[in-house]
Amino acid sequence: MNKIGAYTAACLLLAAAVFLGVTVGTVDVPLRILWNPGADDPAAAILWDIRMPRVVLAGLVGASLAIAGAAFQGLLKNPLADPYTLGVSSGASVGAVITLFFGLSVPVLGLFTLPVMSMIGALLTMLAVLGFARMADRAMKMETVILTGIIFSSFLGSIISLIVALSGEELRQIIGWLLGSVSMRGWPYVWMALPFVAAGAFLLWLNRRELNAMLFGEERARHLGVDVQRRKFLILVGGSLLTGAAVAVSGTIGFVGLVVPHITRIVWGADHRHVLPLSFINGATLLILCDLVSRTIISPSELPVGVITALIGAPVFAYIFIRQRQRRTA
Amino acid sequence: MLNVTELTGGYGSREVIRGVSFQVNKGEMLGILGPNGSGKSTLLKLISGILPPSSGAVVLDGKNVADYTPRSLARQLAVLPQLHAHAFSHTVREMVALGRYPHQRGLFSSWSAEDEAAVRNAMHLLDVEKYEETLLEHLSGGEQQRAFVAQALAQDAPVMLLDEPTNHLDINHQKELLDTVKKQAIDREMTIVSIFHDINLASMYCDRLLLLDQGRLVRFGQPHEVVQEDVIREVYGTRVRSHPHSELPKPQITLLPEVKREEPEFRIRPGDLAVSAEGVAFQSRKPMKTVSSAVINAGAGWFRTFLNRRIPADYNCPDSEEEMKEYVIQEGFRPTETVGMMTAVRTEGAVVREYTFAAGTLVIMVTAGIGTATDVSRASVREIPAGTINTWVLINGTLSEEAFIQAMITATEAKAKALAEEDVRDQLTGTVATGTPTDSLLIAATQQGTEIRYAGPVTEAGSTIGKGVFECTVEAIRRYRAHRQDSDE
Repeated sequence: MNKIGAYTAACLLLAAAVFLGVTVGTVDVPLRILWNPGADDPAAAILWDIRMPRVVLAGLVGASLAIAGAAFQGLLKNPLADPYTLGVSSGASVGAVITLFFGLSVPVLGLFTLPVMSMIGALLTMLAVLGFARMADRAMKMETVILTGIIFSSFLGSIISLIVALSGEELRQIIGWLLGSVSMRGWPYVWMALPFVAAGAFLLWLNRRELNAMLFGEERARHLGVDVQRRKFLILVGGSLLTGAAVAVSGTIGFVGLVVPHITRIVWGADHRHVLPLSFINGATLLILCDLVSRTIISPSELPVGVITALIGAPVFAYIFIRQRQRRTA
Repeated sequence: MLNVTELTGGYGSREVIRGVSFQVNKGEMLGILGPNGSGKSTLLKLISGILPPSSGAVVLDGKNVADYTPRSLARQLAVLPQLHAHAFSHTVREMVALGRYPHQRGLFSSWSAEDEAAVRNAMHLLDVEKYEETLLEHLSGGEQQRAFVAQALAQDAPVMLLDEPTNHLDINHQKELLDTVKKQAIDREMTIVSIFHDINLASMYCDRLLLLDQGRLVRFGQPHEVVQEDVIREVYGTRVRSHPHSELPKPQITLLPEVKREEPEFRIRPGDLAVSAEGVAFQSRKPMKTVSSAVINAGAGWFRTFLNRRIPADYNCPDSEEEMKEYVIQEGFRPTETVGMMTAVRTEGAVVREYTFAAGTLVIMVTAGIGTATDVSRASVREIPAGTINTWVLINGTLSEEAFIQAMITATEAKAKALAEEDVRDQLTGTVATGTPTDSLLIAATQQGTEIRYAGPVTEAGSTIGKGVFECTVEAIRRYRAHRQDSDE
């Protein structure tokens, strides 16, 4: 069956990306380190302490953004929706920046204070954007939702700028982080993001068939027996968990959630039972590769990975937009 | 199965549906009719639970619709809303398979053999199997609509609500789709409630109809109780005529356009009829409403060309209708607007006369051959040689349906009387003949000018027809006999 082929291809691509991600770089890391872990070799340190967590983190972030984008697109029946275009990433950033600025640390949460705050920022922004868009246009047209997302994005962006301007020398490094990067994070960030990514992705996967039904409109979904209000809320929470986790560890990386589901749908169809897991895998692959490009293209210095994703993503956005317009006028 | 009592509701404080009560039994098909904005779709939304009613109740299978969980409601009630555009590409199969959603349970919600069978069957019934792996957007509007109906059928619910299911469909697919739906009602005792735009379709397929006007129930009952000229005019604000379906005991309606091209009135005169050895031909300037027992285009209809064609006495053609059509074309007329009769009688002997009465004038044409005159009360199966009486009554006036039938009776009676007057006898029985076995009669009216409601013998029109046909037939018989004598001598 061709679905098995789809998963095989996606996994092989991911494996290839991981392989390139850990081996290619300013320092050549020979692969034999992998099956000789005890070796006291500087290359081993580079592989296990620097490259591997970076690749894993890039994978987690890419996977989160892609599956969240796929879910948002299905929920809103809007192929241009993704955490970045909806302003959800900005909301998560505000949550994270506030946490850093005030040095917040909720005792129970500990290490997880940052992603939890990001997630809350993401969820609140999502609700605000949807509420505002609905107020402006009951039909929630594609353009209305995206425009609302952009308005919120720039508003939240200026809040971040304000906080950064008010902060001391230490917080200025946030700026680099905000541009979107997975460099020099290390394993703690992986552990910080992992539970949220797992929970969010699982939550969305549980709603895969509901997403299929909702593509035909909320009313139709309701007629098919979907508890629309509850499912919608679960999907929003799932998407926010993922976006919050991704932003907390890597800042704002745009368009991954747009490009990956789009290509996945073109190649393997629009059925969410497959779009969600395939986007997850392919998102990881894409961001690992983008990160690889960002740190090698102007080696020895590095570009923020968000620059690369935007370079790919913005034209894809434009392409989808034109396609959709033509389709509607056709 | 479905009980709606005093249902009131709408959007926010705006009540669209007010106090609607009705019930649908198991296996019954109910059609909802009403003009635009009468609240048909809103009623459907209230029934399906999408809109909460402000008062009243919808009880499905003994339980209020509001008390069902979405999933359990979907197992009882499938809804097909009007077609909408969608942003992503699904294959037909994926879309139809979604209909199984309410039947699937558990984390992995595995696809059972029952699910597969329901989807296959639904696709088969709606004839979309061949599009199984085709993307919806690549199908025509009609094919998409059928795929959506297949989804609703795959849901396998005992009740189905449809919102104008025949939108976007050509007449063949309209029929096939409604046949399929109706078959579900008959074979699987499915209860169906459907909104219709087309009153005639609704009347044909539904067991009962519900007529809405401004959110209120105007009529609820069998089609003949709802599809009535005055009721439809009242609710839709348009003039219609109702007539019976040709095969089903269901009323149908016809629209009456208010705007017509102004045409000068025309009057038929005896000189308009071309009498020759070939036959008698009359070409009307405009189609005339006609009732006849001719060889081609018998029955009721609107026709412009009237032919009484002379055929040789030994004319013998297995398919006289087809041969007559070829003749009509050959003569330069159109077979679809021509009423054609045949006679072996000398057509130069045709009697054509004009009669005047207070309300108008009429022209009568009779050709008579009485070689086979028969007493109808003693008729038996016998060898039929040629010989026939063909009668036309062309009326300048507007006849009612009733008047047409009365005119036929009156003309027939007058013909029989003329045969008695001339003492035409059945050669087999020796009794007075009433006609020949192949007589044809045609009543045609211009449908312009004075309205003639009745044409029985005690009305002016009727008595004129009677007198005219009698006189013309007598004269035609005399001419026939005179000619026979001439040729015998």
